[in-house]
Amino acid sequence: MAGLHKSDIKNPVLNWIDTRLPVLTMVQKEYGVFPTPRNFNYFWNFGALAMVVLMIMIASGIFLAMHYTPEKTMAFDSVEAIMRDVNYGWLLRYGHANGASMFFIVVYIHIFRGLYYGSYKSPRELLWMLGVVILLVMMATAFMGYVLPWGQMSYWGATVITNLFSAFPLVGEWIVHLLWGGFSVDNPTLNRFFALHYLLPFVLVGVILFHVAALHVTGSNNPLGIEPKGPQDTLPFHPYYTMKDSFGICVFLVIYAAVVFFAPNLFGEPDNYIPANPLSTPAEIVPEWYFLPFYAILRSVPDKLGGVCLMFGSILVLFVLPWLDTSPVRSAKFRPIYQKLFWVLLLACVVLGVVGKHRPEGIWVVLGRVATAYYFLHFLVILPLLGKLERPLPLPESISRAVLGHGGGGPLPSGAAAAKPMEKA
Amino acid sequence: MGETMSSTAPAAGHGPGAEVGKRDFLKLVAASGAAVLGASLVWPFINSMEPSADVLALGSVEVDLAPIPVGQAITVLWRGKPMFIRHRTDKEIKEAQDVTLAQLIDPSFPALDSDRIKAKHDQWLVVIGICTHLGCIPLGNKPTDPRGEWGGWFCPCHGSQYDTSGRVRHGPAPLNLALAPYAFTTDTKIQIG
Repeated sequence: MAGLHKSDIKNPVLNWIDTRLPVLTMVQKEYGVFPTPRNFNYFWNFGALAMVVLMIMIASGIFLAMHYTPEKTMAFDSVEAIMRDVNYGWLLRYGHANGASMFFIVVYIHIFRGLYYGSYKSPRELLWMLGVVILLVMMATAFMGYVLPWGQMSYWGATVITNLFSAFPLVGEWIVHLLWGGFSVDNPTLNRFFALHYLLPFVLVGVILFHVAALHVTGSNNPLGIEPKGPQDTLPFHPYYTMKDSFGICVFLVIYAAVVFFAPNLFGEPDNYIPANPLSTPAEIVPEWYFLPFYAILRSVPDKLGGVCLMFGSILVLFVLPWLDTSPVRSAKFRPIYQKLFWVLLLACVVLGVVGKHRPEGIWVVLGRVATAYYFLHFLVILPLLGKLERPLPLPESISRAVLGHGGGGPLPSGAAAAKPMEKA
Repeated sequence: MGETMSSTAPAAGHGPGAEVGKRDFLKLVAASGAAVLGASLVWPFINSMEPSADVLALGSVEVDLAPIPVGQAITVLWRGKPMFIRHRTDKEIKEAQDVTLAQLIDPSFPALDSDRIKAKHDQWLVVIGICTHLGCIPLGNKPTDPRGEWGGWFCPCHGSQYDTSGRVRHGPAPLNLALAPYAFTTDTKIQIG
């Protein structure tokens, strides 16, 4: 017989449950006493923030779906009805639409955090790759969600993006027809995008579960990029990081609410308030801001297939990043050259974003090509070589020594001292 | 999780059984603040599921009674429900008025015929055409329909019978046919809702 769990929970009812299904012990282990590096900065808030945004997105999305009609003659009107008639429908929709933008802001910061501090390096390669999967699923979800209001940008965005797949030889046309369910973006497309838009967030939850599970095996990276060597280097997750995360969540909610209540169309395109018209293409088709860098990569290549390949490649290259970066040192703090190149990469991504917003003419083409070239050079050429050429700065002996100064091994300050009795409890 | 919290607290001078201090107050304020904010956010979600103003505004219909022949009834849709509007014969009116409360299954107000119609419009009966048993629509609008022993309506689902005032006279239905708010706008026009 499989043994019952021996629970430490005092409350008899909770103990009874925990003995049979030790979830409370698990929560206590993974989020209560979980040893977490003591030197996190605020960039380590963004995983928790992403989790909060996802929950907001799922909740608002489910309630929006109660009022939305995935049918081409009614979709636009049903969204307008949500805005005008449904009680608090404006809040649900603005919260959801801006939530998508917030989600990408948070996740992009989360990703660049990982790049700066080398969070993708051994033993966290799989953790990182799961993160890239999350990004891909997010992008698919966001794209299909943007189609649902069935405005001009929805329609033509869907047309352009789905047509990308036609670039692939042999199977291209077939894939496009499979996406459309017909010979153009039409009612069947809208219908299946709605079904998938509802499904994918739950796929996301599943992958995130793996992402977090993997994180709890390897433990978190930290700004110094060195592993904790003992209890003096860590703090229990609760209350130290529950509090720090809560504070970050409050700040995030202030910014999110400011956008939802005072600038709800900040990230939106006015053209999407015009109902979809298959006979008239808007003067300028622009994807949502979070796709702009990829759109710029796509357009900076004069060849259709080449552009599509580079666009998908720009994400796929992240999958193999743990093996492209040959430096054993994680944090950019101790990699003087990488530290500078990180900012060049970030600049290249921002430039790509700006380029994506503009018509591909004149200077924008040149900028787009230079930034695209740097993006791929950075990952495919510079990182593999840099690990061998760069001379890293000396790493600190331990986290506590670096954080607490010279007396690192000496008497522990209040935080660590407070953690001690807990270990016995 | 509360356990780790209280066990880290001793550093600040709060052992178990210590007096309530500033830290406990701050914790309470923070937790209750979060709870109130969270709860207040639940309201828009619940409220969004309630009928919106445009649905409520559509809750009234105007009906012209002139084309309804004596002895027949029509069905109009009001708030998604069938409304029976019956042009009663003199005989039916008399039958309905002669019934005493003691004879009824559901004598609760409004059970008297005079309470179920508008004064001086004895010939018009307006009721919600949903059987109070399990929600079927009773037969009896057309003279050729089965109208049951009491000449009103007969529910084909489980055999409930209603009289010419829409009152249940034979089970299993427990209640009289429900009334809806309506008013005569002219002698031959009513507005329901």
